[in-house]
Amino acid sequence: MSDAQINRLTGGAIDRSQSLKFSFDGKTYTGHPGDTLASALLANGVRLMGRSFKYHRPRGVLSAGSEEPNALVELRSGARQEPNTRATTAELFDGLEAQSQNRFPSLKFDLMAINDRFSNFLTAGFYYKTFMWPAAFWEKLYEPVIRKAAGLGSLSLEEDPDVYDKGFLHCDLLIIGSGPAGLAAALTAGRAGARVILADEDFALGGRLNAERFALGDQSGAEWAAQVRAELGSLPNARILTRTTVLGAFDHGIYSAVERVSDHLPVPPEGKPRQILWRIYTKRSLLCAGAIERPIAFENNDRPGIMLAGAMRAYANRWAVTPAQRVAVFTNNDDGHRSAQDLLAKGVEVAAVIDTRTDAPRLADCDVLAGAQVINSKGRLGLTSIRVRLADGSERRIDCGALGVSGGWNPNVHLTCHQRGRPQWDASFSAFVPGADGPKGLGVAGAANGDFSTAAALRTGHAQAAVLLGELGLKAPEIALPQAEDAQVNLSPFWHVKHGKGRAWLDQQNDVTVKDVTLAHQENFRSVEHLKRYTTLGMATDQGKTSNVGGLAIMAELAGKSIPEVGTTIFRPPYTPVALGAFGGRARGKNFHPVRETPSHKWAVEQGAVFVETGNWLRAQWFLRAGESHWRESVDREVLAVRSSVGVCDVTTLGKIDIQGSDAATFLNRVYANAFAKLAVGKTRYGLMLREDGIAMDDGTTARLSEHHFVMTTTTANAVGVYQHLEFVRQCLFPDLDVQLISTTEAWAQYAVAGPNSRALLQKIVDPEFDISNEGFEFMACREITICGGLRARLFRISFSGELAFEIAVPTRYGDALIRRIMEAGAEFGVTPYGTEALGVMRIEKGHAAGNELNGTTTALNLGMGRMVSKKKDSIGSTLSEREGLNTPDALMLVGLKPLDSAAPITAGAHLMSKGTPKDAAHDQGYVTSAAYSPILNSSIGLALLKRGGERMGETLTLTTPLTGADVDVEVVAPQFVDPKGDRLRA
Amino acid sequence: MHDLTPITALGGTAPRIDSFDGLEIRECPDWALASVAARLGRGEALVAAAQAGFGLDLPQVGKSAASGALTAFWTGPEQWFIEAPFASHEDLAAQLVSALGQTASVTEQSDGWVRFDLEGSGCHRVLERLCNADVERMAGGDVTRTRLEHLGCFLICRASGAHFSVLGPRSAAGSLHHALVTMAVSAL
Repeated sequence: MSDAQINRLTGGAIDRSQSLKFSFDGKTYTGHPGDTLASALLANGVRLMGRSFKYHRPRGVLSAGSEEPNALVELRSGARQEPNTRATTAELFDGLEAQSQNRFPSLKFDLMAINDRFSNFLTAGFYYKTFMWPAAFWEKLYEPVIRKAAGLGSLSLEEDPDVYDKGFLHCDLLIIGSGPAGLAAALTAGRAGARVILADEDFALGGRLNAERFALGDQSGAEWAAQVRAELGSLPNARILTRTTVLGAFDHGIYSAVERVSDHLPVPPEGKPRQILWRIYTKRSLLCAGAIERPIAFENNDRPGIMLAGAMRAYANRWAVTPAQRVAVFTNNDDGHRSAQDLLAKGVEVAAVIDTRTDAPRLADCDVLAGAQVINSKGRLGLTSIRVRLADGSERRIDCGALGVSGGWNPNVHLTCHQRGRPQWDASFSAFVPGADGPKGLGVAGAANGDFSTAAALRTGHAQAAVLLGELGLKAPEIALPQAEDAQVNLSPFWHVKHGKGRAWLDQQNDVTVKDVTLAHQENFRSVEHLKRYTTLGMATDQGKTSNVGGLAIMAELAGKSIPEVGTTIFRPPYTPVALGAFGGRARGKNFHPVRETPSHKWAVEQGAVFVETGNWLRAQWFLRAGESHWRESVDREVLAVRSSVGVCDVTTLGKIDIQGSDAATFLNRVYANAFAKLAVGKTRYGLMLREDGIAMDDGTTARLSEHHFVMTTTTANAVGVYQHLEFVRQCLFPDLDVQLISTTEAWAQYAVAGPNSRALLQKIVDPEFDISNEGFEFMACREITICGGLRARLFRISFSGELAFEIAVPTRYGDALIRRIMEAGAEFGVTPYGTEALGVMRIEKGHAAGNELNGTTTALNLGMGRMVSKKKDSIGSTLSEREGLNTPDALMLVGLKPLDSAAPITAGAHLMSKGTPKDAAHDQGYVTSAAYSPILNSSIGLALLKRGGERMGETLTLTTPLTGADVDVEVVAPQFVDPKGDRLRA
Repeated sequence: MHDLTPITALGGTAPRIDSFDGLEIRECPDWALASVAARLGRGEALVAAAQAGFGLDLPQVGKSAASGALTAFWTGPEQWFIEAPFASHEDLAAQLVSALGQTASVTEQSDGWVRFDLEGSGCHRVLERLCNADVERMAGGDVTRTRLEHLGCFLICRASGAHFSVLGPRSAAGSLHHALVTMAVSAL
């Protein structure tokens, strides 16, 4: 173990009283609370942290924040292993494990670095040119090889053991970023009594205040930030979200944000989320996201140790770390000199400040090389020296282990562009600032708006908050802002050093060089969006936060345009990468969607039911009995029991819609294709509902409980859709009708009691004053009754099975008791619970159309119910069902099928061919919609849609399934296999 | 008197109660519920009949109102749900029909819904991870329709910040309960 934090300086916001052990590539190091992985590695003298995407060049940390392109690691191990984690934002914890990525076999000796030797072949767009031929090789050979060679971290391929929450927040003002501008704004809004949310991606509030030496009044920046945090924390109207990145600005004041609740812990506490994805609804928002420094491109500017100058001083000031004991600074602006000053103040040797400006100021007490440029660097796995061309043209080698580079700062405009706003160019400091076309209600303050000094940030944060609060009718109090530095930006634009033939890196994450941009321009990929796609500049996890403007500047130079004329690519959410788990939230695995249980569910579980999901419902598919080894045994038994004695099935899942009003009958008459206006009270009728275009929509029965009160049943699958349709009809088509609708699907537990003994069974349950004999309660009757000594219930004499059958409904809370009572009362008849499979077999035996037949393409005619579409009235779909194309002589008609060999199977989905014709689509006669084994007929049977089906009874056809090659000869029969005259159900 | 024993939406013979630090989640089966929708053009007559019959002022959008044992909350244009203690009002729908006559269509809804009450200081922290209703701003008596665990629910604020009722589809009671309890563990 190496305990030598050789590059740790004095001071810093770290807790030296505690040491944290962590490992990187298997080697153990120590750091302190307050460290990030990047700062702790630098403290331990580790500059090499990764290999680049394409060329596998050794890379170190470039930044000190979420904009980091290089220092990406695999964090943690096992199922929690997370690729592409930025070492600059990963908070150190005891036991942290990190692995470098994209190298083999090791970070220091990476065989794939051979790619670097072939860089002439691997330039922008190389795969578009190189791997064109033969075309088939792309998917099978080229792409897999390229993917293996390139790419970043790897996935664990295990299920994520962590949980993620989603949540919703509401506020008057959302402040994004807690630097001096954000804190001043939050203080203003908090004291004004506004509901304010202050979000920052860091765990500490303060932003750059934590990274600078500036005083705010008589306090340090960090002290002032802590003081503001304490005040905000005491306000009930303010909410502070740290470790929270605002990811995107969406419509109507909605922002998304991810809070990393437990990422700084080894493992989240039991039941607690790793992250929360917040949706924030806010009336106004203020972007105080600061600015991101940009590098200057020069030959070999990507060696570990070369980093942004502002990051270098952030490491020194906040984390008490220097990347090396001897450093240099390369800058085109005054801010670079601050880094030199701060490192000097920490006792680090600053070899020189190389300033591109000939009139460079002498701000730091070190060698300042005015009008000089860094033209190259050396050091295989880390910087050892830089080569500088001085103003007089002479060159000098400067030995140093780190170089801070500052090309100026880019305001962090991203969120202002999420709704296609375009940033504006500000020539005074050569950077884009937010345009006036940002999201409605979003203000910008501080460095994000180009107000770079601390004093300007405080001032504009307060002022912008006051403006936004004023729009909400809130008066902002005056607040005493502390005295702070107010330096002007002093910068001379300088994008890249024009020297040498080597590669100067623009986008280190995607290995895009100045030459690549030149090549793109040369090959006419000149639109900024084309430039991005052709070179990959600005793609991947960092989205070009440190590289985009540099690329644009070079494109502008080449095209002879100004940078704003070149323009920027579109900014899109999320601002930083988000774990997919956060988008999924808790809706995964068995919680992917809610589960609906029937009233008999608990009982069915006790009975060994095997369940099937129908929509969200869990329905008993069949009830497994001891000794049954195949589902068919269970289903056959259930069917035979119903047909010979009595069975019971939970049919609660069928949609129930309560329809009331003095025009309810008229309404139904318009909704259903068949007549309903004259349905007698106490009667139920089968109804077929058409879509406006004449296609069958749904079917079911509707019972008339009283003159103005109906209960409609729908299929399980269409319960919601039919209800929506009815509401549309009621509200939009016929608002003049007096009709009221409400779903009562789950208010009533409903059971089908079917079979020759069903009446005898129910007579034991239904209270004796209700006559349910065939005379007293004939087929299709319905009635509100009482059972078991007074419980209100509804009884319908309807049959799906084709047997004498009833459906009985009670308030759902009694459903469990009722099924148990039915089983008890039916014991003498051998009452048998049956599931959806037996239900399906019996409806196929009976020739009833169901979802397989009402498949969105079939008409009433196809289903053999053409004559049900009443022409004595108008109803929805009636007219369009008369379309010529739907009424051709060879229209499909519902028929039954029986195999000539009763042992042969009929397969749903199989197609019907005439005997002796080719088996192809041109000769297709129709297809099987439903198939089952009928234990009554001891044969496979099917329902099919067959051309001219009604005229082809007795014809032999061949059933063909090209997928399996099976051919079965079948006879066309009427779809009613059992009791075609319906004697049983009228018994 | 019939002899069928009811079970709760969660399948128990007694209501489920889950306690957390700062929150209790209770299954509340002891409430009868009925929907009331004005017949065409009879909205004012319905309001008058409710006032005359029960002293109940049918509330405006997003609100509830109580009178005696009855509480009404708005569910749609000229539509309300009325809740009352189950023990005394198992036949709530019938009682409403007799009082409101032809002014409204009344439908029994008691067992169409499951009601969970959240009571305690932790209400906000749990609900903000479940639904997009602005629960902090809900005053006692405020009602909103919102989505929890993908389910359309009514959220009723009984006491600001301290007591909320979630009415969700009864068949999905298990999923809804799971979501409530999971978020209580998560947020508290």
